[in-house]
Amino acid sequence: MPIHEQSLIRPENLKAHAKLVIDGVDVSGHWSTFIESRVVSDYNERLEDEIAALPGGEHIHRCWQCGSCTNSCTVNAINPDFNPRYWIYLIRVGMEAELLRDKDIIWQCVSCHKCTSACPRDVVPEGVMKAAAHWLELKGHTPKSKSMIFDEEFSRQVFATGKIEEGRIIRDFFRRTGQPLLQDWLVEMAKRLVRRLPVKMLAMMGLATLVRPRTRGWAGARGAIAEYVEEQEAKQRRALGLGELVEIAKGELAGAPGSKRV
Amino acid sequence: MSETSKQKYQRVAYYPGCALEGSGHGYNRSTREVGKALGLELDEVKNWNCCGAMEVKNVDPKLQTYLSSRVMSIAANEMGAQVVMAPCNGCYHNLKKAEHELAHDAASREVVDRISRKAGHATYQAGQVETIHALDWIKHGIGEEELKRRVRNSLRGLKIANYYGCMYTRPRHIFPEKDQGPGSESISKPHFMDDLLAAAGAENVDFPLKTACCGGAHTLSDSDTSTKLVLNILRAAEAAGADVIATECPTCHSGLEMHQIRAEKVLGQKTSVKMLYFTQLLGIALGLSPRKVGVHENVSESLALLKEKVLA
Repeated sequence: MPIHEQSLIRPENLKAHAKLVIDGVDVSGHWSTFIESRVVSDYNERLEDEIAALPGGEHIHRCWQCGSCTNSCTVNAINPDFNPRYWIYLIRVGMEAELLRDKDIIWQCVSCHKCTSACPRDVVPEGVMKAAAHWLELKGHTPKSKSMIFDEEFSRQVFATGKIEEGRIIRDFFRRTGQPLLQDWLVEMAKRLVRRLPVKMLAMMGLATLVRPRTRGWAGARGAIAEYVEEQEAKQRRALGLGELVEIAKGELAGAPGSKRV
Repeated sequence: MSETSKQKYQRVAYYPGCALEGSGHGYNRSTREVGKALGLELDEVKNWNCCGAMEVKNVDPKLQTYLSSRVMSIAANEMGAQVVMAPCNGCYHNLKKAEHELAHDAASREVVDRISRKAGHATYQAGQVETIHALDWIKHGIGEEELKRRVRNSLRGLKIANYYGCMYTRPRHIFPEKDQGPGSESISKPHFMDDLLAAAGAENVDFPLKTACCGGAHTLSDSDTSTKLVLNILRAAEAAGADVIATECPTCHSGLEMHQIRAEKVLGQKTSVKMLYFTQLLGIALGLSPRKVGVHENVSESLALLKEKVLA
């Protein structure tokens, strides 16, 4: 049986009267507490299929709710609200509104693969977490997480040149997420390095941020990857019922400048 | 390890990966130097590309499989290599993962084949090469007995917590050679690094967080979580009495270094345990100078400790 422990008893579902006397018996405060009954009718029956259509979510249907994923989870150990088993349950029964309550933490999965190693059903819960985070962004429920922005910056560099250069990724990432690069601890780290590294090495590191390292003969791979990415993105949009929206948006963007929507 | 399989590891294709050309340069330098000192030959994979690290899979896992397969394809088809050695846990993990996907998943094979053709190189076929970690390379190519004979500067008196991180053992299904009885690596309690450092004279402490996660994937995008996870690891190592945490992954290594500083600067939590790559420790034991194995390229300042232990 699925464990549905979280969503029923919440502070807003608890009702109590500060002052209440029934038949001459004072049942004020704690004594008058009851849990408001609740009817769920807003199931999204497509939710599981939509998550399964995104990379990583393919095997969600295998889950039998044993809880090994949550039990082994690195992030759960520091934040008990991070509960992969529970989210997989919500997705499978289609309780979208409940899932959305946790929308701002799902992206925090650190991909330590403990859940995937522990799962007796090969659900790949880590993949499901990534698919769920991706779904939230595609549906517009959350802005792009910092993690996704980092992944995109990284992937963009790899797809373009075949290699990455750490300094450039960090710089672009901080710029896109609007964070100052000169944070105390980063400056301290740089200072420690500069103090000891030979000048030649530092010059080489500086050069690497100017002259991008690249894999020779990458053009063929670059083209093929770009084609594949575009194809997959279109497929995902269709699966999530976003295709039409995108077409409308594209049409509007392509319209003459200054053209107004009626 | 039989003589024939030992032979196989004497000359391997070397896949350093992006991190070892940047923040993990000390690992690159020490791996090459230790190889040289032990007479193991490294043949760098020609014109290699990034394996996709921990990021590309979140955009599309099959592209990560392609990126890793290209590296193995070049090693197998253009260099005739049988073994690819990757010191970085991320690279090692991704190559192993690609190997597994290509052996078991037709859809991945189809995508990899399509991109490989357009990119103009042979499609990698599962089983063409064996991917190993730098730990396997020294453990199987040299072994503890031989290593003991070569030690000139014993690490005696140095207390080490061996930290393996996530990607070296998880998820278990991509490492079919592990947990195969005596002599093989263990998924739950890895020991290859412990074995090698013990052979070099070090005292390994009982460290419970060998395969805990440092939060490396979100080291910059969710720094608070990473700092908490790293602080756990540093504290546990200190509680176990370690002077040094030996690492075998550039992401773990720089994660520990960065968040040690961040924990001090942001949370006011100071720890003093040092971080060194296991290859740096082995190099020092083999009589190489700390500079030669790139100790000065680490953020973590461990020269004073090495001097105190009469190792530098």
